[in-house]
Amino acid sequence: MKKLFFIGLKDLKIIFRDRAALIFMLLAPFLLTLGLGFVTGHFSGGSASGLSDIPVVLVNLDQAQLGDALVDLFQSEDLSTLLEPSEADSPEAAYRFVDEDQAAAAIIIPAGFSASVIPGEGALAAQNYSPDPLKIEVYANPSSPTSAGVIKSIVDEFISRVEEGRIQGTLRVLSISGVENMPPEQVQALARALFENGEFDDETASSAAIVLKKENQGPAAVEFDPLAYMAPGMALMFLMYTVSYGGRSILAERAQGTLPRLMISPTSATQILGGKVFGIFLTGVAQMGILILASALFFGVRWGDPLGMLVLILASVFGATGWGLLLTALSRSKAQVSNLGTAIMLIFGILGGTFIDLSQMPPFVRLISRITPNAWGLDGFTTLALGGGLPQLAGPITALLGMGALLFGISAVIFRRSDAMKS
Amino acid sequence: MPAILEVHDLVKNYGDFTAVNGVSFDIQQGEIFSLLGPNGAGKTTTISILSTLYQATSGDATIAGYSLKKEPTAVRRAIGVVPQEIALYEDLTARENLDFWGQMYGLGGKQLSARVDEILEQIGLTEKARQRVRTYSGGMKRRVNIGVGLLHKPQLLFMDEPTVGIDPQSRRAILDTVQELNRQGMTVLYTTHYMEEAAELSNRVGIIDHGQLIALGTQAELTRQVGQTETLLLHIAENDDPQALAAALTGLEGVLQAQASDHVIRVITPSAEDVLASVVSAANERGIKIRSIDIREPNLEAVFLHLTGRALRD
Repeated sequence: MKKLFFIGLKDLKIIFRDRAALIFMLLAPFLLTLGLGFVTGHFSGGSASGLSDIPVVLVNLDQAQLGDALVDLFQSEDLSTLLEPSEADSPEAAYRFVDEDQAAAAIIIPAGFSASVIPGEGALAAQNYSPDPLKIEVYANPSSPTSAGVIKSIVDEFISRVEEGRIQGTLRVLSISGVENMPPEQVQALARALFENGEFDDETASSAAIVLKKENQGPAAVEFDPLAYMAPGMALMFLMYTVSYGGRSILAERAQGTLPRLMISPTSATQILGGKVFGIFLTGVAQMGILILASALFFGVRWGDPLGMLVLILASVFGATGWGLLLTALSRSKAQVSNLGTAIMLIFGILGGTFIDLSQMPPFVRLISRITPNAWGLDGFTTLALGGGLPQLAGPITALLGMGALLFGISAVIFRRSDAMKS
Repeated sequence: MPAILEVHDLVKNYGDFTAVNGVSFDIQQGEIFSLLGPNGAGKTTTISILSTLYQATSGDATIAGYSLKKEPTAVRRAIGVVPQEIALYEDLTARENLDFWGQMYGLGGKQLSARVDEILEQIGLTEKARQRVRTYSGGMKRRVNIGVGLLHKPQLLFMDEPTVGIDPQSRRAILDTVQELNRQGMTVLYTTHYMEEAAELSNRVGIIDHGQLIALGTQAELTRQVGQTETLLLHIAENDDPQALAAALTGLEGVLQAQASDHVIRVITPSAEDVLASVVSAANERGIKIRSIDIREPNLEAVFLHLTGRALRD
């Protein structure tokens, strides 16, 4: 076991002394992330999401307390950088703005919205009480999915807070002793008092409350930083370079005579191969760790739950190492590994969603992408960036570990049959 | 002295080609044994089998009492190997290389550190131990290559043509190192195609050709095989016919044998001095111009020539 560790450490040391490898492993993904950061406006002083001045049209048909609160929220100082709100008189006018690409979305607050939340006279006391559902329409511009998504997430959170306040209020009214014997007017007054003066007003209508991270773990409710997608995408793509480099080192050792020398030392073939694999794994983990740290420090990327991130890095590198090993097992020379490695790095990068969001690809491409550690890894990192934790990563982590184990098994069989581990 | 290595009828086939053909010999503890032969004779294959890198097609060997076939791991602990090609990590320093290879032989901690210091001292690289091997000269790399083979204090050291491709000064240093190691009690199996190295270093020499061990013994024993003869090497002009001169010389009094290859005629005679005049006049009579003449006393080269009809470097 010790020898396996020593071989891995030696490989880690050697690769970190190879300038060309460092450029590919660290500098290239860092610079590409930097470039994408500029393209998306991340570094131009905009909002943390890289989005700013999102045009949105509001139609307040409610003209009551909650409708006004939502309009106030969109026009609040806190969201002034992110949003550029305007009002329209009718839904049709708002739709037109969107259709003509002058707004990312239109928000239609229906008439009676406040009344649907704050029950009408006698509603609470009636048997089979079931208030009307809340209905705020978000008319999204399909050509601005991200901006529309941001607007929708703000509305969703507003609605969820309203809903929360409504349910709490209802429960509190129903829990008051003797409510069933109160006259309807008294129940109504009590309910109004609770809705209007309770926590609801303070938190929901307050613009600061739109930062939802504390209350709601749902992906739509969290501010999403596109760099938290691009940076791991790049890191995962160049991780494929690292694992192919590591695989190449097995053949390089053979060519430079150190593999035969290892094999005539009292070190078993299993220890040697295990050590080489450990070296690839260690290098991949170091690369991902450095890139994540650098993007957090220099780009301000928020990677999310540290434990989830650590486990996801280990699983992603494990899956990628499996591919690196398979590549080596199938290749006859360093040059072959190098060429195949570069091709796979790019193909997996594209298939895995590094350059194009997978949701915009056809279903069959999304299906094929599941063979890449990039797609699973990116799923995981996106989940983390959206506020998810280790429990939400079960799918990607299981897939990556399964992928790694399967590829290790196949590679071991090929190694046993081939002469890669012979001098 | 007990034999530390006993080789029994070793054979290695690659398809139809037999690289090692029934080789048997032994090496006594404390001796330097050289396998002498031209390139492709089977020296490296033999060492590769004995160092457990290749499996023999048939035959076996015992090293320090361990069977090559049955106890390869014990054999690996008992031997040190200095491969013909430099097998080091060029991006690591000499010290890092020695540390790593020491770890592969189970050394660690202070023991490893002390042993690496000793080796660096022995190979004269203490001052440059923290430089990457990539920056070393060929000779320095060779010295580290040897140092790695010595780290775990092996009972038997295999050195496979360790002086190939290096300058005379480094070559001299390596030969001195081998002799010093032997003085300290190290048993060495040394392969070379340089007759002079085998002659200088070895207690005994095995001559190998086409995978077969064709002669074995001390230098004295081997040269005795060719008798008390001397060899005249006649270098003639390129446009002259060596075969015609060789045929003419064969009949001369005092000439035992005359062979031509390229533009050199080898004349084996009991006394070079006695036949020299008649050899020169025979050449003159046929209008053949002799460019130079070498006189060789009995040596391993002559033995090889005697046994194979070819020079070691042919």
